[in-house]
Amino acid sequence: MQGETLLKEPVNLIITGVGGQGNILVSEIVAQAGCRQKYNVVVGESYGLSQRGGAVSSHVRLFQHQEYGPIIPAAEADVILGFEPLEAARQVVDYGHKNSCLIINSHPVYPIGVLRGKNKYPSLELLFKKLREMVAEVLIIPATKLASQLGEAMVQNVVMVGALAGSGCLPFRADTFVDVIKKVVPPKARALNEKAFYLGLEEVQKIKSFNLSK
Amino acid sequence: MGWQDIVREESGKQVLLNGNEAMARGALEAGVHFVSAYPGSPSSEVTDVLAQVSENFNFYVEWSANEIVALEGAAGASFAGLRALCTMKADGLNVAFDFLTSMNLGGCQGGLVLVVADDPFGHSSLKEYDSRFLAAAAWVPVLEPSTVQEARDMVKWAFYLSEQIKGPVMVRSVTRVSHSRGIITLGDIEQTVREADFRPTRQFHTFARFHQEVRERLKQAEELFAVSPFNFSFGAEKADLTIFTCGTGWLYAKEALTSLQLEDQVKIVRLGTSFPLPQQFILSHLNGVKKVIFIEETRPFLEEKVLALYALHNENLGQIKFYGKATGHVSGIRGPECGEMNTDIVREVLVRLTGRPYHVPTVSLTKEEKKSLQASLPPRDYMLCPGCPHRASFWVVKSALALEGNNGIVTGDIGCYSMGAMETGFNLFNTLHCMGAGAGIAGGLSKLGSYGFKQPIVTLVGDSTFYHAVIPALINGRWNKANYLCIVLDNGVTAMTGHQPHPGSGKNAVGKEAEVISIEEIAKSFGFMVKVSDPFRCTEAIQDVLEFIRMPGLKVLILRQPCALVVSREQKRRKVIVRQELCRGDACGCMRFCTAVWGCPANVWDKEREAAAIDPAICVGCGVCIDLCPAGAIFWEGDE
Repeated sequence: MQGETLLKEPVNLIITGVGGQGNILVSEIVAQAGCRQKYNVVVGESYGLSQRGGAVSSHVRLFQHQEYGPIIPAAEADVILGFEPLEAARQVVDYGHKNSCLIINSHPVYPIGVLRGKNKYPSLELLFKKLREMVAEVLIIPATKLASQLGEAMVQNVVMVGALAGSGCLPFRADTFVDVIKKVVPPKARALNEKAFYLGLEEVQKIKSFNLSK
Repeated sequence: MGWQDIVREESGKQVLLNGNEAMARGALEAGVHFVSAYPGSPSSEVTDVLAQVSENFNFYVEWSANEIVALEGAAGASFAGLRALCTMKADGLNVAFDFLTSMNLGGCQGGLVLVVADDPFGHSSLKEYDSRFLAAAAWVPVLEPSTVQEARDMVKWAFYLSEQIKGPVMVRSVTRVSHSRGIITLGDIEQTVREADFRPTRQFHTFARFHQEVRERLKQAEELFAVSPFNFSFGAEKADLTIFTCGTGWLYAKEALTSLQLEDQVKIVRLGTSFPLPQQFILSHLNGVKKVIFIEETRPFLEEKVLALYALHNENLGQIKFYGKATGHVSGIRGPECGEMNTDIVREVLVRLTGRPYHVPTVSLTKEEKKSLQASLPPRDYMLCPGCPHRASFWVVKSALALEGNNGIVTGDIGCYSMGAMETGFNLFNTLHCMGAGAGIAGGLSKLGSYGFKQPIVTLVGDSTFYHAVIPALINGRWNKANYLCIVLDNGVTAMTGHQPHPGSGKNAVGKEAEVISIEEIAKSFGFMVKVSDPFRCTEAIQDVLEFIRMPGLKVLILRQPCALVVSREQKRRKVIVRQELCRGDACGCMRFCTAVWGCPANVWDKEREAAAIDPAICVGCGVCIDLCPAGAIFWEGDE
């Protein structure tokens, strides 16, 4: 099993969000895409109790030479794909480094402490500014809004897969992702998920060309 | 999706599976005939998957009412010469333990394999537990996979081992094996066509004199372990410093070693057969070593066994210094024996002992940067799902006890409704332990009247828990004239572990129709006052709770509504809306009841209009907030 040589080994990706946002489907899509491109891959994920509105994260590691365990060491996540701003930022504290790339859905899901008025949710503007000062790349995707345009806010996770594909953070082709998505989602949801994928892909390309033109 | 690959893909093919799917494949490849289990994270998917494919391969699968019944059933199959698998989470082994210790004395016939999944860090458990100590206490051999591939390999080989020694074998998984995904190579599926052949023998009895036979079986296992490829070494051939590891520790140790470029100075000894330890293999790797580090999940099992072995042989082995959890050297942030193992923990010990600095492959964020970011992030506690009937039931109980006064006590137990001990469950529970414990504790408390105990007592139990562990406590309560209210939260499934059916679901493991064992009929047959109420009709349900609390004796109230996750998948309920012109906002005096107190995630606050709103994307239409809104501003769509 040998894909194109990885720029570093292992490549470490964290997928994070709130229980119920579809973390596990996305870690499966990314891992299957990795297999199709002939990389070795390991995924560590949390479910069970954490699915009930708690913070969830999956660790995906791509490698070619040595086998790795399913947990990414501290400060070694190369890419953080966050379905929720707070949870993405939380992963940066533990796993981010200067060259990390963050891809974040800008739609907040409020923790119960915030709903109860005990805690304050940070200003998104200030939070993203702070993250931009800390790491190499921060791509903010209005994924829930884009998914809602398709009539199904739940597919924000596949919009985010599109954004990941368009970000160039992983050495995977867009058509590899599309093939995998077709395989893992039920037949009646295929068209919707494919649309969601391309919405995310186009959005990130827009952001990147805008950043280049600055 | 992995489960489809398990059936479709051929031997030799590489597929991506999680650890539980891989163990299911291992059992299939061994030609398993009988599978029984009680669900529990992180073990559930092994049997979930086998239930999905059982008809393709024509073997028997059941979800059992609890773990001891599951293991007894599997043993029955083994006594008849068939291959049987029984899966459970670590806590379940306690439940099955009485039978395991008895049955293992005489042993069994067909391969009998237990898969027990521990949950270091308690990702989806209330306690961290090391099932290896129980296996050792029951004299049951233990295999410990490090990877998804080994999860398959070991389950398959465990059947062979069990038939060699004629005793049960345990495979100890952990969350990071069961819930990891990795690429594995599939093997051949054995077609073990066997007739059930139960030959009565004294062996299937329990007598103390059989202890000697168990010891013999363990010796036999140790002989097989001595030559097992599951035990191996890596790195320097001869080294002063050696890491002994098992389970997930192996890959963390390997990553730590290679990232420090210590492969030619340090040796790793990986044990795949944790109990009984292959003594000669261990001794040969202790020979000439000066320092030993132990890396393993949860508690110092391997460490204690190797230390004991060293104590017997130290004259020949010379001075060795040991570093592990028992010694306090190997520790995560929660302290030794707490939390999960990882690469960072191993690396820290290696850096300390070798003086070799670690050059991070990336540029780290500064401490100040991380501290400042962290300070701006509010915590995220668990939350009941939108429209969860437990939220309504908790509200009902809380309100009734507030109306009754006299500091009512609520005892709870294990399931999604453990969140009754958290903010999202209004911090309702006063006690939370194992399945069924709340009913027993309530019974005990209710007998303390002569010592001055006068508070009302309510216990909340789940539906699956009712069948699993509550029935004996109720019988005991009836017999001994206990005085409490038992509320069964009946949502129709074993929800927390992935919606497996239970005896009241009307379905069996493979989705076929099954008889509904009615909770109310069972309770009535014991002579209790019984009523079924709808937690979504809060006002009536509160009255029911009050009425039942005031009645003497033990009463059973069933609060019945299906799990919101099942409902949202299967049907669309009516839409709920807020007429914002009726919401009085912060002037209401309700302190934003719907968002801040009731706390369903679908009740949101519209900042622009300073009024309540419903998030239509997540509302499942339970309609409880319609009744609870003090201003009467929430409606069914069309009723406004």
